[in-house]
Amino acid sequence: MSEVEQAVADAHRREWAYVLAATVRVTRDLDTAEEAVQDAYVQALRTWPGDGVPARPGAWLTTVARRNALNVLRRRKTLEAKLPLLVEPEDTETPDIDPDTIPDDRLRLIFTCCHPALAQEAQIALTLRVVCGVATPDIAHAFLVAETTMAARLTRAKKKIAAARIPYVIPSADELPTRVDAVLTVIHLLYATGHTAHSGDDLVRDELTGRALDLARMLRLLLPADREAAGLLALLLAHHARRTSRTDAHGRLLRLDEQDRSAWDGDLIAEADRLIVATLKAGPPGRFTLQAAIAALHAQAPSYPETDWPQILTLYDELLRIWPSAVVALNRAVAVSMVDGPQAALAEVEAIEHDGRLAGYRYLPATKADLLHRLGRDTEAAVAYQEALVLSDNSAEQEFLTERVTLTKS
Amino acid sequence: MAQNMAQYAVLIFERETPGGVADMPPEVMEAHGQLPDRIAEQGGRIVAGMALEPSGTATAIRGDVVTDGPFIETKEALAGVFVIEARDLDHALALGKLTPIMNGGVEVRPLIGFDVVEVT
Repeated sequence: MSEVEQAVADAHRREWAYVLAATVRVTRDLDTAEEAVQDAYVQALRTWPGDGVPARPGAWLTTVARRNALNVLRRRKTLEAKLPLLVEPEDTETPDIDPDTIPDDRLRLIFTCCHPALAQEAQIALTLRVVCGVATPDIAHAFLVAETTMAARLTRAKKKIAAARIPYVIPSADELPTRVDAVLTVIHLLYATGHTAHSGDDLVRDELTGRALDLARMLRLLLPADREAAGLLALLLAHHARRTSRTDAHGRLLRLDEQDRSAWDGDLIAEADRLIVATLKAGPPGRFTLQAAIAALHAQAPSYPETDWPQILTLYDELLRIWPSAVVALNRAVAVSMVDGPQAALAEVEAIEHDGRLAGYRYLPATKADLLHRLGRDTEAAVAYQEALVLSDNSAEQEFLTERVTLTKS
Repeated sequence: MAQNMAQYAVLIFERETPGGVADMPPEVMEAHGQLPDRIAEQGGRIVAGMALEPSGTATAIRGDVVTDGPFIETKEALAGVFVIEARDLDHALALGKLTPIMNGGVEVRPLIGFDVVEVT
């Protein structure tokens, strides 16, 4: 990649959302704005090699994209037929105004894409396409669906935004906490999808986790007073710090106690820790902050047995109190096993099993198998590993579980 | 229609009771009566409204075949429809939440051509 190509790629990653949001002010519809912004990046690739990379690429791209948009609008006679977004009209005759005076509309863009009236899979796809500027075929590839399926999903969502008048606004104060939670959930799911991507697909994995991290940083910047936005960023950082040690050279999944802790990224862990400390001081923690605190304790522990398990268990107790989910209860059981022993934890896991809410969730039999193995009940452990294996659709996990089945059977 | 307002249908789905409307508690009845005022207080407007007899009184026509009952059998049956004016979906959802509901919910759906349709 040449220097200019790299500069354009960087500007794409860093500025896309800002440039698009500024262009929506001119077009008042997403599709036209997307095309205009896409064209601006093509123009950058063409002109920057001769003219040099502008001092402020974002301002350059915003000015060009808005000019493109205005030209399209002037050419288009059927403007009235377009389904508009609800944007306050701007003086569209002056697209060349100083880009510094255009308000930052990225939050509106994010809240529109993650509106609860849209299905969650549509929210995720829209966020990648609209906020991150990821091309539709790449999104389809990441979510293992056909390109046409993904294109249809995006079109349907955009149609609903326009036809149902999903407003292009920052939600009112009373709605804000639930709406922010929806956005954070989308970003978290995006990261989780990348995190558990098939082992051979490093590119997909890095793309999705990287985008999720960018989004979490963006949200943190745009909502500096929101504690959960800080919590989510800290959570992703604590995971990201450990990303390279999750598998061995052959792509085999490693358990936390087998991972090479010297490979963990100390800078990212320290950044997560600073965020968590500041957030905990600011008020009662939400679910993302508590998860981040748990992840950070793992990341800071010198070894698996030397982890501060009692503190982790306390955090899980609090997490379960504010977020009574069966998955949290299952993860808490692992902490119980390290504090009170595997027998106590097994009782908790069996209670969750009988409750039935986690039927078909592969980590339930996998956790149960580990506890049985630690109790020396290998015959039962092998059955449980086998059960988890049947439920897994991820090759790295399957390999790991097959190994465990063999180990416990022998 | 007020400047820049959109129209939405609010479809009411309720678990049906043997006596139909007669089973409706008086306070729910009263809440329905107050709905136009409450919607107006929040800057919206009810344009039209209708309540339906129980689905047992419905007759479906499919092609040439006439059958007893509603077109689609559902646990919660369509019990009524009203049309509101709202600024956007968030506003329409806030207004839809004011609907008195016993054992069901509502569906909020935009109407086609809301910027031109005039219902008086």
